[in-house]
Amino acid sequence: MTRRAPVFLARTGYRLRRLMDAARVLPLAGVFLFLLPLLWGGGPTARAIVFVFLVWAALIGIAALLAGPLGQVVLGPDETGPEGR
Amino acid sequence: MVSFNLLVIVCLTYVALLFLVAFVAEKRAQKGQLGWLRSPAVYTLSLSIYCTAWTFYGAVGYAARSGLEFVTIYLGPTLVVVGWWWFLRKLVRVGRSQRITSIADLISSRYGKSNALGVLVTVMAVVGTTPYIALQLQSVTLSFAVFARQQPQGWAPADLNATALWVAGGLAVFTIIFGTRNLDANERHHGVVTAIALEAIVKLAALLAVGIFVVWGVAQGPSDILTRIEASPISDWNLQGDRWVALLFLSGVAFISLPRMFQVLVVENSDERHLATASWAFPLYLFLISLFVVPIAVVGLSELPAGSNPDLFVLTLPLASNAEGLAMFSFLGGFSSATSMVIVAAIALSTMVSNHIAMPMWLALRGGGGASISGDVRNVVLLSRRISIGAILALGYLYFRFSGGSEALASIGLISFAGVAQVLPALVGGLFWRGATRVGAAAGLVIGFSVWAYTMFIPSFGESVLMSGAVLAQGPFGVDWLKPQALFAITGMDPLVHAVFWSMSLNTVAFVLGSLMSFPGPLERLQGAQFVNVFDHSAAARGWKSGAAEAEDLLVMAQRILGAPEAQALFEAESRFQGHRGYLPEVTPDFIERLERELTGSVGAAMAHAMLAQIIGGSAVSVQDLMAVADETAQMLEYSNQLEAKSAELSRTARQLRQANEKLTELSVQKDDFLSQISHELRTPMTSIRAFSEILRDNTNMPVEEQRKYFGIIHDETIRLTRLLDDLLDLSVLEAGRVTLNRDNARIGDILERAVAAAQPMNAARPILVKMDGNANQVMVATDTDRLRQVFINLISNAQKYCDAPEPKLHITTRRRGDMVQIDFTDNGTGIVKKSQDVIFEKFSRLSENAANAGAGLGLAICREIMTKLGGTVSYLPGQGGAAFRVTLPVDARQAEAAE
Repeated sequence: MTRRAPVFLARTGYRLRRLMDAARVLPLAGVFLFLLPLLWGGGPTARAIVFVFLVWAALIGIAALLAGPLGQVVLGPDETGPEGR
Repeated sequence: MVSFNLLVIVCLTYVALLFLVAFVAEKRAQKGQLGWLRSPAVYTLSLSIYCTAWTFYGAVGYAARSGLEFVTIYLGPTLVVVGWWWFLRKLVRVGRSQRITSIADLISSRYGKSNALGVLVTVMAVVGTTPYIALQLQSVTLSFAVFARQQPQGWAPADLNATALWVAGGLAVFTIIFGTRNLDANERHHGVVTAIALEAIVKLAALLAVGIFVVWGVAQGPSDILTRIEASPISDWNLQGDRWVALLFLSGVAFISLPRMFQVLVVENSDERHLATASWAFPLYLFLISLFVVPIAVVGLSELPAGSNPDLFVLTLPLASNAEGLAMFSFLGGFSSATSMVIVAAIALSTMVSNHIAMPMWLALRGGGGASISGDVRNVVLLSRRISIGAILALGYLYFRFSGGSEALASIGLISFAGVAQVLPALVGGLFWRGATRVGAAAGLVIGFSVWAYTMFIPSFGESVLMSGAVLAQGPFGVDWLKPQALFAITGMDPLVHAVFWSMSLNTVAFVLGSLMSFPGPLERLQGAQFVNVFDHSAAARGWKSGAAEAEDLLVMAQRILGAPEAQALFEAESRFQGHRGYLPEVTPDFIERLERELTGSVGAAMAHAMLAQIIGGSAVSVQDLMAVADETAQMLEYSNQLEAKSAELSRTARQLRQANEKLTELSVQKDDFLSQISHELRTPMTSIRAFSEILRDNTNMPVEEQRKYFGIIHDETIRLTRLLDDLLDLSVLEAGRVTLNRDNARIGDILERAVAAAQPMNAARPILVKMDGNANQVMVATDTDRLRQVFINLISNAQKYCDAPEPKLHITTRRRGDMVQIDFTDNGTGIVKKSQDVIFEKFSRLSENAANAGAGLGLAICREIMTKLGGTVSYLPGQGGAAFRVTLPVDARQAEAAE
C-alpha cells in the first residue's frame, strides 16, 4: 500500500534500494562477461577455462554478499497471504 | 575386481539408507519438528536435481567432444539464480500465494484457470521428459556394464535390461511411498526432499573425489593439467558463437521451465528467504560440479585407450588405475544423480497428469461433479497420482528399450531442454505482461511445440524412423523451404541453434500477436493483475459472489477432498475468525476464495474452480475488482484499500453484535420460557400428587388394590419431581463451579460400553444399533469417568429418542489428535436444522414439543457444563448426514488444568 512513497528515503532505505539495483545488475554483468570469450574466439582453451571460472567465482562471491541484506527484505513463511494472519 | 554381487549389495544398502532417511524426515515432519528439514541448505541441495546423470557422466563426455562448451549448461542456471531478484523471487511468490502445484497449473491458473492450457503443458512436459527419464535409466545400465566388462566371464546383455527394469520399478515404489503421502500443497514432500539433498551431497562428493584423484593422483597437479589441456585434442576446439549463446539461453530457460525444477524451486519452497541463500550457494554447487570436468576429460583422453566412451571416463579412469573403492563411490554418485532426477520428475509429472488429465476425465465420466460426487475424492486423487507415477516410469522404460539408447547422452538432454523451453514466453509474459491472454499463450505453445517436434524431436530418432531421409534432405513433398533442418531455405545453421531459434521466435511471435488480437475474459484479467502485481497486493483474485452457497454443502464437498478432520479444522478456524462459534462460517467471497486455494493444493486450480462453481453457481466479478484491474490511479486504489480494510473490520464487528443481539433475544425468551417451564414442570407432578392424596384421605373404605395403585402414582410422580430437582441442582452446582471431580484412568472403549449398556434398556421398544470403532479401546484417559459416562449416556439416549430413521443406527468414532481425544456420535436420522443448532445446548430447549417421553431439556446443558469442567467441549457437528455430536476432551485432564 506504499503506492505514494516519499521521493527521498532515509539512509538505510536508500542503501537497500541500491542493493536491489546491484542484484538486478549482477546477472546482466554476468551475461556480458560470459559473452566476452566470443571476442577472441575462445582460444587458447586453457586461458578461456581460467577466465570463465574466475568470472564464475566472482559472481558467486558478489551474490553471497548481496544475499545477506536482501534476504531480510523477502517475506518469511508466516507473512504471505491471508492464511498467515 | 568388483563382483556383480558386491555391486548389487552396495546399491541395495544405499537405497535402504535413502528409504531410512526419507522415512525419518517424514516422521519428524509429522511431529512438527521441522528444524533443519526446512533449512536453506536443504533447499539449495534439492535444487541440485538439475545435475542429473547427464551431468555426472555426460559433462565429461561433452567436454571431450566439444571442449569448454559443456560449461554453458551450468552458466545459464547460474545467471538465472544470481538474478533471482528479477524473476525467481516473483515466480516463487506467485507460486506460494496462488498455491500452484506444477508448471502446468501455473500456466492454467494465470490464463483464467483454463484446463485446456493445463492439458497442453502437461502433454508437452510428458513428451519432453520421457526421453530424459530413459536417459537416466540408460546411464545406470551403462555404468553397470562398465563393471560387467571387468568381469572375466561378463554378463549377458539381458542382465542390463533387467537392471533398467529393476531400477525403474524400485524408483516407482520409492516415489509412490514418499511422493503421494499427502495432498495439501502446504504439506511438502519432506521425505523426498531430504533424501534428494543427501543424494546431492553424494554426487558432488563423488565427482570431487574423482577430480582430486585425477589431478593429484594421475596427473601432477594443476599446472600439469593446464599443460596437458594445451597438448590435448580439446585445445583444438573453437568457440562457436551461435551455439555458445543458444546454449546459455537454453540452459537458463530449462532451469525454470523443467517440471522437476519447478517442483523443487517453487512447490517445495517453504520460505522465500531460502532463495537468497540459494542465489549464491547453488551457483557454487554448479561451480564445484564443473571444476574437474575438463581435467577428467583431458586425462581420460590421454590415459585410456583410444575409442573408450568419454561419457564413462568418471568410472573408467579410477578402474584403470585400480582404485576400485573410488570407482564404487563414483558409481554411487552417478546412481544418485539418476535416481533423484527420476523421483522428482515423476512426482511433478504425476501431479500434472492427475490434476489436468486424469481427474477431469474421472469427473466427466462420473457425470455431475462438484458436490454430487459420492465417496472420497481424496483417495481417487491419490490413486490417480500413484497410477500416473507408474505409467510415467513405464513410459521411460519403454522409451529406453525401444530407442536402443543413443551413445551421446548430451543430445537427448538438449532435445528435452528445448522442448520444455517452449513454455517460456507464456510463463514470462504471464508474470510480467498484463496483456498476455489465453489465446496468445495457447497459440505460442502449440506453434513452438510443433516447430520443436518438426525440427528437432522427430529428426532425432534418425532417418527413416518417423521421418524419411528424403523429407530431411529435400523437405516434405519436395518443398524446399520446409526442410526440417533448414526452415525458410536458410541453410548452414547448426541444427540445434536452428531448432531453438525458430521454435522460440515463432513461439514468441504467435504469443504476442495472439495476445494483442484477442480479448481476455474477466477472470483472466483478474488473474493477470494478480500475477503481474503480486508484490503490490498479495490478496488473491476475487472471483466469487456470496450468498448462493450453503456453508454445509461446501463443508460436505471439502471433507471429500481434503479429508474430514482437515476440512472441519479449516471451517472452524474461519468461523472463529468471523466471530462465530461452531463449524459453519458465513459464506463470504473471502472465505470461498480461501477455500478455493486450499482445494487448489489438492486438485489444481482449474479443478478447484470448477468444483466450487458447481455449488456456488458461477463466478462473478465485483465492481471493486474491476477497479483494481483497471488500476486507474494509484490514489484511488490506496483509498479503496483503506476503506476496504475499515469496512471489513466494521462488518466483522457488526456481525458479532448481530450475533450477540440474536443470542440475547433468544436468551430472554428462554428465561421467560424457563420460568413458565419450571412452574409447569413442578406443577404437573404436584397436581397429581395432591389430587391422589386427597382421594386417599377422603375415601377411607377404598379397596386395597385401588389404594396401592394410587400410592404407586404418587410415588412415581415424586420420583419424577426428585429427578427434575436433581438435574436442576446438578446444573446449578456445575454452573457455580462448586463441583469436585474424581479422576481415575479408564479406556474410552470401556466407558462407552458401559454407557451403551446403561442407555439401552430404558427404551427397549425402539432399540438403536450402536457401532463403535476399534480406536476407542486404544485411548486411555485420565478424567472423571462417572461424569464422562453421564455425558455419553445422554448423547446415546438422545440418539435413541430422536433418531427418526426406519432402522436407527448410531456410529461412535474415536480419534486421537495430539493431546486431545475426539469422540463423534453420528446417527442416520435427518439431523438438526441449522436454526436450532445454536440453541440445543441451552436449558429447557426441546426440539420436539410432542414427544411425551422428552425430558426437561436439561440433558445437553448439563453435558456442556460437564465437558467444560473436564477441560473439553461438546458441540454439534454439521454436514455428517445425520445428527452428529463431537465430544473433545484432553487425554489427561490434570495436564489441561495445569496449563490453564
